[in-house]
Parts: sequence; structure tokens; C-alpha cells
Amino acid sequence: MKPLLLICALAGAVFTAGAVAAQDFVIRGATVHTVAAQGTLKNADVLVHGGLIAAVGTALAAPAGTAVVEAKGRALTPGLFGGLANLGLEEVSEEAVTLDSTLNQKAPAWQQQWRPEFDASLAFNPRSTLVPVARIEGVTWTMLAPSSGDSIIGGQGAAVTLDGRYDATLRGSGSLFVSMGSAGAQSAGGTRAAEYMLLEQAIREARAQGPIGEGALLHAAGREALARYLAGGRVLFQVDRAADILAVVSFARRNGMKPVIAGGSEAWVVAKELARAEVPVILDPLKDLPSDFDHLGATLDNAARLHRAGVRIAFSSGDSHNARLVRQLAGNAVAHGLPWEAALAAITAAPADIFGLSAARGRIAAGQAADLVLWSADPLEVTTLADQVWISGRPIELRSRQTELRDRYIDKIKANRAY
Amino acid sequence: MVIRSSPRTALGLRLALFVSAALSITAGLAAEPFPSTYQVPANAPVLIQGAILLTGAGARIDGTDILIQDGRIKAVGPALQAPAGARIVAAHGRWVTPGLIDIHSHLGVYASPGMKGLDDGNEATNPNTANVWAEHSIWPQDPGFETALEGGVTTLQILPGSANLIGGRSVVVKNVAAVTYQAMKFPGAAYGVKMACGENPKRVYGDNHQAPSTRMGNVAGYRQAFADAQDYQQQWDKYRHDLAEYNKKKADPAGAGKKAKDKDGGADKDQPPTPPKRDLKLETLAEVLQGNIRVHIHCYRSDEMATMLDVADEFGFKIAAFHHAVEAYKIADRLAQRGVCAAMWADWWGFKMEAFDGIQENLPMVDYPEHSCAVVHSDSEDGIQRLNQEAAKAMAHGARIGLTVPPERAIRWLTLNPAKSLGLDARIGTVEAGKAADLVIWNGNPFSVYALAQQVFIDGAVVFDRDHPADKPRSDFLLGLPNEGAPL
Repeated sequence: MKPLLLICALAGAVFTAGAVAAQDFVIRGATVHTVAAQGTLKNADVLVHGGLIAAVGTALAAPAGTAVVEAKGRALTPGLFGGLANLGLEEVSEEAVTLDSTLNQKAPAWQQQWRPEFDASLAFNPRSTLVPVARIEGVTWTMLAPSSGDSIIGGQGAAVTLDGRYDATLRGSGSLFVSMGSAGAQSAGGTRAAEYMLLEQAIREARAQGPIGEGALLHAAGREALARYLAGGRVLFQVDRAADILAVVSFARRNGMKPVIAGGSEAWVVAKELARAEVPVILDPLKDLPSDFDHLGATLDNAARLHRAGVRIAFSSGDSHNARLVRQLAGNAVAHGLPWEAALAAITAAPADIFGLSAARGRIAAGQAADLVLWSADPLEVTTLADQVWISGRPIELRSRQTELRDRYIDKIKANRAY
Repeated sequence: MVIRSSPRTALGLRLALFVSAALSITAGLAAEPFPSTYQVPANAPVLIQGAILLTGAGARIDGTDILIQDGRIKAVGPALQAPAGARIVAAHGRWVTPGLIDIHSHLGVYASPGMKGLDDGNEATNPNTANVWAEHSIWPQDPGFETALEGGVTTLQILPGSANLIGGRSVVVKNVAAVTYQAMKFPGAAYGVKMACGENPKRVYGDNHQAPSTRMGNVAGYRQAFADAQDYQQQWDKYRHDLAEYNKKKADPAGAGKKAKDKDGGADKDQPPTPPKRDLKLETLAEVLQGNIRVHIHCYRSDEMATMLDVADEFGFKIAAFHHAVEAYKIADRLAQRGVCAAMWADWWGFKMEAFDGIQENLPMVDYPEHSCAVVHSDSEDGIQRLNQEAAKAMAHGARIGLTVPPERAIRWLTLNPAKSLGLDARIGTVEAGKAADLVIWNGNPFSVYALAQQVFIDGAVVFDRDHPADKPRSDFLLGLPNEGAPL
């Protein structure tokens, strides 16, 4: 009992690495992009109390002694979504010992023990070198997304806050990751049809009562885990080809899953169907090359076309080290026809909605976590930088390993110039 | 520079004015192989009016006209007269820059789609493949060329990959739609050789229990290769000397009757000397030693760049540029003093140990010393489409630490500086009278995420016009594919 009690106590406390204590404050005179019903408010105030947004409006009254941050008209946005980015699950991509995002089985999919119970978020390290690098540029949360490796089911992931706390998982965001299309097909025996065949088998096992005979794909824990997703759980299908997109949507519906398309290079081709089925798409709007035969329809118009058709979109480059570039994805989508507000939503409110976090994150509205970023100028512009970042009301120190390297070498360079 | 036999056209003659002749090692044996067939297209003069011009030479000129004639910039200045038949392009409030130059591209050799059948970028069968030429792997139908063009890229250096210590020859191409690479090949451009430091060669061969498996193994590999090239060079020097002697004797009838042996007791002076057997690997490296082939080295870490500078000194060659120079900021002064360009990304880091110290201020920090040569490169079919944004991000991070780089200077990272590293700065890289008319008209400040290239010119010809999508280059591969919907 004692060790268990200790664990409970640890889980209850908020342990943080790198953030100072929350303090109540009011940001005054900002251009507040609420990404909520209020839209954009000029010369507005945001009152933060106990790590949450207490009020948004003009000329807000604040209790005496509340610290004031003068925004001087600068843009204030919700903290940004880093994408399906494994911040805290990897350090150096080429160094296998630093990677925790992928369960590699080293066997063909039909010979594997499938492991839907694998939960990558258990490996999350809030002290990863990648976390401050992303955080000081306004990325306040991300979705840990197990890659499928040599499997079809990659396992489960969850959203995490990046304020440095150890218990970083955001409740209700848990999702299952399934990789279909030509990548998964190789592991399934060389045909994507076999991906469905094997998935059906796994689903049958998850639903079965009693022991499964020989050749089972799932352990008992795996059957339990998968069964949860068959009861309305969120499943991210990593697919790009239009035919695969429609196939996984119909497959998910048939099996009680709530599908999300990740990738979706050709999603614009089936935009109407996705809108009708209310299936969101998490895409990289910069993908415009036919990188393989699943991406023949890749185009820079993808985001704009999906939005126009009424599909909910969010952006992700999948790049953990450069999760900070989500703003650049959004800005380019605007250059290619997406309304500016929709582009900001695609890196704030939309992913929060997709991952079941709309009550707590993604907007500047009363009751939301005070994940806020004050920008030097237009937040979607590449020449704009974050001037201040708060996560759950705590100001983030704008330091990372990279700024330390910069500061070590900059003086030397300046001193050495002859003029 | 290596001069390949150009067609005897006006173009070929004109080029002779620009390239200084140096004989390649096997000169005289045969014409330079794989000659460029690119021709400057005939076009009516073009007068661009009222633009905000970043010349690439460091100046910003607001409200200027630019006159293009016979493929060249004829004049830059206010209120220029349009010659008869000139096409007028109203560019009031629009920005004009030189065409962008990417010195690190694998378009065509690692083409889209990334199929096994098109995987032609790394001859990873030997740590030294100085004998291979990237141009022989280029698939001109790579759709990446046209997306790069839409990003304003007019000139590219296509390199072999970095699996090998010495990966082979690079080639400079113009970003023009063509059925053969020869029709893209930049006439008169020097070849480059691709070398690689660090993790890639030692991983590729070390994993195979073969040398090199360490960084010291890497350096031993470069040194032995150049030592062999020196020896090869001497064999050819000797041959040339003997041949000259023989020719002199033949031309001197007085000495014709005498039998004589040379000092080695070797060749009969009455017989012409036998040329050494050509070795394509050593030939490339000997050309490097002669200064005819430019050296481009994939090298992330500052300490390894310093080692390579010493290797270059040992064998007497010059390094044109370090590529992927993630740590160049640690030795910015030294690179500037040595006149070596550093080609960089804006923010890539951490994908391997040698990229762990990447910082976003690398470009402005490397740019800061006098005589510096900071270059933005892509190494990516995606990044090459937005080189201007890479520069913009670096500018913002520089400004935050007091290294303010104005647009007229930052544009050099994408134009004049890469042209310098290719030895082509007398011909491209700036919008100045006499230069090739490679330029981009942007619909806004090019250092904005919202800016798009509106029109792109190569040698005075419009090769991309955003207002006329039907006319844009389109790879054969994309024909009949469902990759365009109805207009938005």
C-alpha cells in the first residue's frame, strides 16, 4: 500500500521543470485573436487567475496588485499546437537510443503480436532538449504520436502540455494511431488490402469473449485497449491516397471508431465526403509533390480546398525538432488561399477540438488554460517572433540550449569585426 | 574552369568572354564530353517598370525600371525607354530580385516520386566515387524542378548524396523544362566535386564493416585519395613533358637521325610517348588539384570544417563551400578569412549528433564578418520552394540579437553568394547591366511568408507566370494525373 500511496501523491502534485510559479496577471492593450466566438479584439485585455483565463474584454477590472503586461497592440494568440510531434520522445533522430516513439517488432505484421496497448506517452520526458526549443516559440502543447514502425497499429498517444510538468498528459486526448496506405502495406505482406484483413482480425479478437486460438494478433491487454477504441475512441489513420481515406472512414464507422485523417495529401479530392462525415484532417499544407503513388494529388491548395468544403483542418509537419515551424505552415496556407483566421485556428482551436480538449485549450476564453503567446507582429509571418509565452499562466523563460549556444558565440563574432 | 566544347553559336562565343580558359588534365585527348545544349531563347526585349529592386549586389532601388534585351540585363534605372517591340511589365510596388540559386539540390537524382527506380543520388558502393557524375543520374522530368521554379529558383547545383567521402561530380543546371539534362546544363559552369565529412560516410561503410568507420578513417580516406591524385597528376605531367619533347624532336629535322634514350632508359624518343591509362576517379581529383573543379563539402561541425581546411592546404586545393554548415557560426571569422562560403539551413537541427548544435542565428552570424559568404541552401525538394522564407526566418532571429540584416543584404544569401561559390558571380546572382536576365518578380516583400513569385525569368525568357498557370512547365510524369482541381 505504501508505494502505491506514494505514487498517488506524486501524481497529484505538479512537478515542473523550467517554469516559474503561476501568478495572476492581466495583459492589457493586446490585439487578442481569441479563435473563439469573439473573433479578434483590438486593444483588449486578458485577465489570468490561477493559471486559467478569467476574463477577456476591453478595460477589464483587475484586483488591486495584479501584475500588468502592456501588450501595446501586439498580437496575442492561444498557445500553439506543435503537431503530431514527438517532443519529449526523442533527442537525436539518428540515435536509436534516444528514441521512444516507435515500437519496432522486426517482423511482418501477420507474425507480430500487435500492441495497441503500447502507450508512447508513458515515455514522455518534459526535460527533453526539444521542449524549450519549441516552447519559446509559442508551442505550448503537442500530440505524442507513435509512429507505426514496421506495424500497422502504432499504439496510443496523447496530448501533452509543454510547461515542464511531469504529469503532462492532457486528459481525454488519448488516441490510437493506425498507419495504412503503402507504408503499412509492405508490412502486411505487400498489399494494402491485407491491412484491412489483419485489422478486421484484430477487431474480431478484441470483440471476442474468451480465449483466442493460435495465431492471435493480440494479447489480453491489447484486446482490452483496442476494444476501448471500438466504443467511440479516436483513431488517427495515417493515409494520403483519396481511396484509402474513404476506405478508412467507412471502416472506422463500421467498427465504432471515431476517425481522424492524418496526412491526407489527397483529402481535397474527397473533401465533400469528409465534410459530410465530419471527419477532420491533420495535414502538412506544404506537401505539394508526388512523393509516391499515394501522393499523386498533393497540392498547396489542399488546406484551402478542405476548409472551403467545410472540413475541420489542423496542421502538422510531423517534425519534432522543428515543431516550432507550425506557424510557417499556416502562413503558407494563407498565401495559397486559406483565410487567415482558419489558418490560425488550424494550429490552435481546431487541433484542441479534434483531440477532445476544446474545454481547456486552443482558445482565449474564460475558463481555458492560460496558454498564451504575445507576438512581435503578425503571428503567422515568418519574421515574427514570440515576445512572451505563458503556459497555464506561468511565464516561460525564453531560454533553450540553442539560445545558450547563440549567446556563447555572438560576442566573439561581434568583437572580432574590424569595423 | 573547365570549358566544354560549346556549339559554335553566338552564345558559345559570348561565353568565351566570361570564362577564363584552363586546360583540363586530359585536354587534347577528346572534346569535353556531355556538352551543354542549352541555348538562350530568342525573345523580344522586356521592360519591367516601377519595381522595388533588390539588386543582389547589396542595393535596394525603389521605383526602378529594368530593361532586358537579348537575354541580358541591359539597363537598370528610372524611366527607361522601351525599345521597339518591347513587352512592358508593370511591376509598380512589386519586388524584383535576381533569380534564386540553390547550391545544394538533389532534384532529378532523388526525384519525386521517391521510387526505387528513381533512387539515383548515392553511388554508395565505395567511399570514393569521384568517377561518377551527378548529371548522369538526373531525371529531367522530376516535378520538383517546376515547384522549385515557382519558388523563384533559376539555377541549381545538383550534387550526388553524402554517403561517400568523395561522392562524385556535381553539375550546375538552369531550371528550364527540358527532355535532356544537357539542355539544362549551365554552359561554361565549372564542375564541382561533392565530399562529405562526419557521420554519413562512417555510418554507411562502418555499418558494413568497411573503412571508414570513424572520423579518423574519413580523413585518411580523403588524404589517400588526393595523394593518389597527385601521383596521377605527375604521370600526366610527365607524359605531357615527354610528348612536348617528342614533338620538338620531330619538328627539328637536324636531330631526326639520332637514337637516344631518356634518362630512365625508358621510352624511345623516336616513338611518341604512351599516355597513362585514364582513371576517371583520379581524373576528377586531379582536376580539383588543378583548380578546375570546385570543392563542395557536406560538413556540419566546426572542428571538422577546420580539419578539411587543413586537408585542402596539405594538397593545395581550395574549398568553395561547406554545406549543411550547422556549426559555421563557431568559426565564422575563419571562414570569412579563408574566403570559404558556408551554405546553411535556417533552422534544421537535431536529426543527428552533428546537427545538435544548430541555431537559428547561424546565417546572420556567419554573414557578420567582413568578406563573409553566407548562403541559404535547401538539400530538400520542399525547402527549395521557399528559400526566401528560410532567409526571412534567419533575418528575424538575427535582428533579435542586434544583427540586423536588411533585405538588400539578405538577398545575397540566395543570389550573389551562391553564385560566388559556383564561380558564376560574373554571370548571374545580381540584377546589373551585363548580367544574365535571371530574375523574379514577387507579389510582395520576398521576405514574407505571404509573398509568392509572380513571374520568373531565365535569360530574359518568362519561364513561370503565376497569372498563366496553363503555360507553366509541367513534368511528363504529371500528365493525366488528378493533381489539380478546378481553380479555387
